[in-house]
Amino acid sequence: MGSLFRSEEMTLCQLFLQSEAAYACVSELGELGLVQFRDLNPDVNAFQRKFVNEVRRCDEMERKLRYLEKEIRRDGIPMLEIPGECPEAPQPREMIDLEATFEKLENELREVNQNAEALKRNYLELTELKHILRKTQVFFDEMADPSREEEQVTLLGEEGLMAGGQALKLGFVAGVILRERIPAFERMLWRACRGNVFLRQAEIDTPLEDPSSSDQVYKSVFIIFFQGDQLKTRVKKICEGFRATLYPCPEAPADRREMAMGVMTRIEDLNTVLGQTQDHRHRVLVAAAKNIKNWFVKVRKIKAIYHTLNLFNLDVTQKCLIAECWVPALDMETIQLALRRGTERSGSSVPPILNRMETLEDPPTYNRNNKFTIAFQNLIYAYGVATYREVNPAPYTIITFPFLFAVMFGDLGHGALMAAFGFWMCYKEKPLQAKKIDSEIWNIFFGGRYIILLMGLFSMYTGLIYNDIFSKSLNIFGSSWQNNYNKTFLAENKLLQLNPDSEDYLQVPYPFGIDPVWQLAEANKIIFMNAYKMKISIIIGVFHMLFGVCLSLWNHIYFKRRISIYVEFIPQIIFLTLLFFYMVLLMFIKWVSYGATPGHFGEEDYVKTSSFCAPSILITFINMMLFKTDENTRPKCDPTMFAGQIGLQKFFVIVALLCVPVMLFGKPYFIMQERKKRALQGQQPLAETAENGTAGGAPVPASHHHDEDISEVFIHQAIHTIEYVLGSISHTASYLRLWALSLAHAQLAEVAWNMLLRKGLMSGGYEGGVFLYVVFAGWAAISISILVLMEGLSAFLHTLRLHWVEFQSKFYAGEGYLFQPFSFEVILDSAGQGEE
Amino acid sequence: MGASFVPITVFTVLWGVVGIVCPFFAPKGPNRGIIQVVLMLTAATCWLFWLCAYMAQMNPLIGPRLSNETLIWIARTWGKPYA
Repeated sequence: MGSLFRSEEMTLCQLFLQSEAAYACVSELGELGLVQFRDLNPDVNAFQRKFVNEVRRCDEMERKLRYLEKEIRRDGIPMLEIPGECPEAPQPREMIDLEATFEKLENELREVNQNAEALKRNYLELTELKHILRKTQVFFDEMADPSREEEQVTLLGEEGLMAGGQALKLGFVAGVILRERIPAFERMLWRACRGNVFLRQAEIDTPLEDPSSSDQVYKSVFIIFFQGDQLKTRVKKICEGFRATLYPCPEAPADRREMAMGVMTRIEDLNTVLGQTQDHRHRVLVAAAKNIKNWFVKVRKIKAIYHTLNLFNLDVTQKCLIAECWVPALDMETIQLALRRGTERSGSSVPPILNRMETLEDPPTYNRNNKFTIAFQNLIYAYGVATYREVNPAPYTIITFPFLFAVMFGDLGHGALMAAFGFWMCYKEKPLQAKKIDSEIWNIFFGGRYIILLMGLFSMYTGLIYNDIFSKSLNIFGSSWQNNYNKTFLAENKLLQLNPDSEDYLQVPYPFGIDPVWQLAEANKIIFMNAYKMKISIIIGVFHMLFGVCLSLWNHIYFKRRISIYVEFIPQIIFLTLLFFYMVLLMFIKWVSYGATPGHFGEEDYVKTSSFCAPSILITFINMMLFKTDENTRPKCDPTMFAGQIGLQKFFVIVALLCVPVMLFGKPYFIMQERKKRALQGQQPLAETAENGTAGGAPVPASHHHDEDISEVFIHQAIHTIEYVLGSISHTASYLRLWALSLAHAQLAEVAWNMLLRKGLMSGGYEGGVFLYVVFAGWAAISISILVLMEGLSAFLHTLRLHWVEFQSKFYAGEGYLFQPFSFEVILDSAGQGEE
Repeated sequence: MGASFVPITVFTVLWGVVGIVCPFFAPKGPNRGIIQVVLMLTAATCWLFWLCAYMAQMNPLIGPRLSNETLIWIARTWGKPYA
């Protein structure tokens, strides 16, 4: 099996498939997901390809299925999905059956829906009529009321009543209108008829269903009285304009009663019919819901296969399809087996032929990841896909990433919260995966669950070392500091400093991590922690960069770039070691050689190694670069840390500076030499092949390097060198972000504790308990949201930068392209996400 | 020289076992290399981090500056009561 340290070896293969076996073979390869097909007809547009028809039929089937799915969703029927069971791609002839099934289902459903809509419209009309009859009854009753007779007389006047020789007859129309239209409707009527109509309206209490949109709408019944035909036409026009539905309403009370009875019976009948229609629809949908996911899978697989077949070339005899594909060299056997299975299934007698091809092209990058490593690999891919067969930083990132994160995030409490969250996601992995939660933020967290778990665990470790748990410390092994002041002295002085050059310090450090006393020393804790954290940031950074440069050696060896080892790797590592690793060594020397001498506390003879004479590393380093020697201003102190330091430093700086021209001119010089030699011999020399050689049997794009102008080589090398030399200074400084973020995190945690929880813990009595309860909620919310989430995010981003820029710039080109195999799994996954 | 033999040995051996001995017993399989790298890097980073914290305190140049109340509390609870 391949490993993650380099991408897989790939080979370009040519595949000859019998036309009748092609479908089955491609289907098998899709199940396998290890083959990336190349498009052999890039000039042919999508509509002129061979299997356009089939793809179109699949599209049509998919559309039908989506319609079915939408209907199923509307009825809220659960769609069965059997996990782990995925149907194979069906035979081409099955496609016709599937098409017929979907066609039948769709037609049936459309018919049922149409019927249901017609029935519903009918039902709505009848219900409205029912309401009209019921509500207008009140109006008519009022009219018939003899006590109102008088009113009528006064309103219409004598002659009005007697017009035409008999009692005046008012006409009326009744109907139903949307409730929100009533005010406008009323105003319009009043204006258009100059106040000569009389409108009564009553609200229908229960909402009615609109059959076309199936929304619930509120409506009102109205009745309009008017006189004369002219007004009647006008009123009717207005009703039409407002989309009111008018219903015939008999004048005589007996007729109305009869009509109401008729309407009621019809509604009853309609209800039963409607119920039956709904039942039928439900049955159809339930039956479809059982299979719909399966059908989707089948159709998508067929479609994917035909899409792939479209990439193939047809040979002259039309009997055989030719494909070109990238294949991992180690999986040739598996692919052969899959092809054989496909041939057997299709019943073809001629076996497919898989031919290795020679090519000058760069193969795609393929790393075999598992669910644990894929998250880290994605962090790397987010920067750039590794060049083919280049060293893959992902395996080292698995540990260095959480570690650098934890240096910034170091807090036992916050780390434990993060680790618990990560552990929960890893522990409940399967159920959570099956849930398919469709929130983007959740998916980011869930995708990075192993990163989160490791970041949490490492933060717990660094938190223990920093001795920091929610800004408090643990005294596990017993502090190395003790109090030697007596009672009166303690009472008189507010702030007291313990002296390391005395019995206050036990002269043996706290065995694991930072001494708990520092967390209590509010006055100078930051001074001590800063000195410590800045130093470890630089130490860790220099080790990280050295590691990166060493990985470049592995690249040079693998690609057989011997010259690059001599003129790139060696000067690079010398430069970094002599300047920056030397600075790291100075830090260790300072830690070891300056301090108290037990038994001789505060004695003059030991002043040279006491803290009084300890030099600043930064100043020493700057002086070293400037070839300057500062006279030590403090009396009795040596200007240097050890004998011969000045000479050694000068030597180091000169050697390091000499490395720069080697880096700058070495490679162009060798290339020029090679060219001269080749021009003399008239043939390609050996070293040149090695220069741009790729290993693993892949042939070299031979013409590539020679055509490059020598000035271009120079410019390229100059950029590279300047980047490295300036980079090692700025990158070293960049690692100080480890200190800065860690300081910020510790300070924020302390502020949260002092401002909130401390106040709650200090309150006494019964109310104090309540107060503490409230304050704890606030403190916990701030701890989670700001200290864990936001600080975690910022530490994460800084760690990412340290890896992408400071680490990977030392060895990683990242100019490859990703291997994208034809795989049903991937296709179905992306299709499933697209639809949701 | 404020180093003490026991903690240095204990932690160096502990991380040495994780980083040097354990990789030999990594389970065989396609992931063996990854597991070995993970173990070695974990041990290296954790040991270095512990070492820096230890060495930074071996010879402290300054002592903690504490308020007298804290000192009284330290004297009472961490042993060595004051006279």
